[in-house]
Amino acid sequence: MTALTTSSGAARADRNAGLLSSAAVITGRNLRRLVRVPTLLAFATVQPVLFVLLFSYAFGGAIHVPGAARYVDYLLPGIFVLATGFGASQTGVAMADDLATGMIDRFRSLPVTGAAVLAGRVTADALRNLFVTGLMIAVGAAIGFRFHAGPAAALGAVALVLATGVAFSWINLLLGLAVRDAETAGLAGLFPVVILFFTSSVLVPVATMPGWLQAFARANPVTVITSALRALCLGGPTTRPVAEAAVWLAGLLAVAIPSAVARYRHATSP
Amino acid sequence: MTATAIAAEGLGKRFGPVRALDGVDLELQAGGVLGVLGPNGAGKTTLVRILATLLRPDQGRARVAGFDVAAQPRKVRRLIGLSGQYAAVDPYLTARENLVMIGRLYGLTRGEAARRAAGLTSQLGLDEAGGRLARTYSGGMRRRLDIAASLVAAPPVLFLDEPTTGLDPHGRHALWQLLGRLAAHGTSVLLTTQYVEEAERIAQTIIIIDHGQVIASGSPGELKARVGGDRLELESPPGQDPHQLAAVLAPIAAGEPVIEPAVGRVVLPVAGGAAILPGVAGLLAASGLQVAALALRRPTLEEAFLALTGPSRTGPGQRGPEAAMRAAPASPGSDTGGTR
Repeated sequence: MTALTTSSGAARADRNAGLLSSAAVITGRNLRRLVRVPTLLAFATVQPVLFVLLFSYAFGGAIHVPGAARYVDYLLPGIFVLATGFGASQTGVAMADDLATGMIDRFRSLPVTGAAVLAGRVTADALRNLFVTGLMIAVGAAIGFRFHAGPAAALGAVALVLATGVAFSWINLLLGLAVRDAETAGLAGLFPVVILFFTSSVLVPVATMPGWLQAFARANPVTVITSALRALCLGGPTTRPVAEAAVWLAGLLAVAIPSAVARYRHATSP
Repeated sequence: MTATAIAAEGLGKRFGPVRALDGVDLELQAGGVLGVLGPNGAGKTTLVRILATLLRPDQGRARVAGFDVAAQPRKVRRLIGLSGQYAAVDPYLTARENLVMIGRLYGLTRGEAARRAAGLTSQLGLDEAGGRLARTYSGGMRRRLDIAASLVAAPPVLFLDEPTTGLDPHGRHALWQLLGRLAAHGTSVLLTTQYVEEAERIAQTIIIIDHGQVIASGSPGELKARVGGDRLELESPPGQDPHQLAAVLAPIAAGEPVIEPAVGRVVLPVAGGAAILPGVAGLLAASGLQVAALALRRPTLEEAFLALTGPSRTGPGQRGPEAAMRAAPASPGSDTGGTR
């Protein structure tokens, strides 16, 4: 029982330690689940690999991009973003599922902050993303993709992909908490990704788009993040594109995290 | 620990047009067991969810273990255990992993959480299943795991929402014994149930709620006394319509008879105790009807429950108490459906 009674003047640092260890426990739970539903992990891995192969072979012959030696070098950074966006819909699905099955009621009846439960979800999905990204790089390398700007930039690229996944995951958490149904969450999570993806520079340069679309495509976070990734993968000036991507991600997180935490506070099983 | 484990005043909660709770007062002393009895959709689950800090009340206040559920939910959560109506355990973890996870979330160390999990799995008869994923469990095993989950922190206040739904008779008796031991050690228990027998067996105090309001409260004995009178129970032999017995005895009945044609049983509310028996004998002799068995007894708590929750839910008095209980889901919305 001693462990259950906290001093009334519990310091903020103490609470943060509680948040981190709780988030770690929840992360462990989510990773266990991932490993124990092998079909889920399989499809979560197969889809990104298919993206790499299908887009490279389907569009590779038709599109010539000025500046990049090979289309695969131009394409893959964007495919990393696409795969991350699609994968992040799983975060919302899992949250909606936890709501529907009563797990969230269980967690909310425990002395655990919502931030820990949500961060545990996002962290587990980020680790899955790390694995998937590694796989995509390996498959990409097999069909000719190379990092041209050195190992530090390559690590930076992987970090940016993961950060993008984290931002998408928080947005999907918010969606999952709002719709409270796993199937709806899965569809709702893909919606923004599909729109942003096809209006971005992932497949074709923005300059080839009709004028009215160009302004939107330039401001599109998928374009901005893809540009930063291309700079890190292909070489060239990185400071400005990476800073722009960081601003977008920070902005998305600044909105999504507090909204999701607030929403969680009143979330109950349907 | 204060002497009052749970105190609620005027709790109200609306879901759209539905008043799930409408001014509920209740009090539970530390170490006591309070049974909340009510038909489906009465508001039992909403009540538990408010007291367990999952829902905020629209009206009224409640203190659990000395803290306000709306203003100090985190303090309350340290001191409560909750077992919900549907088993909220992770199906992709084993029983032990589920319990260790919950222990860690309460702030126990890895070792403490593991010891606690081992103790609870054996206490709740989950030992042989401890290493299997919970998704492979039967409904009763999941239920027991959910109850174990609510006990991980040895909380001073325990909320159990229909804990024995889905348990077989062995599991039910084992749980009743466990709750008895917990209460004897000072744990305060609030449990909702649809089983009158369960409430009578383990709760010192019972409140009956219906349409979101407390319609009766007291000890089981007090509730029985509230319906008043005695019950004359007769069994009609096979081949004889029990309605005939009811008709013959109508002059001495103090209320509507309950007739169960399938088993030939007639239950008549009567007043006056044993003094009515000569009159009963006279009426039966004059009628020439056969009687296989006859008993004069006090009303059961189930009869009290059915009388108090009203005939509008239980049908026109032609069904037995069992059938009437089963017919209750016809009321608008089940407990789970009405508690978003």
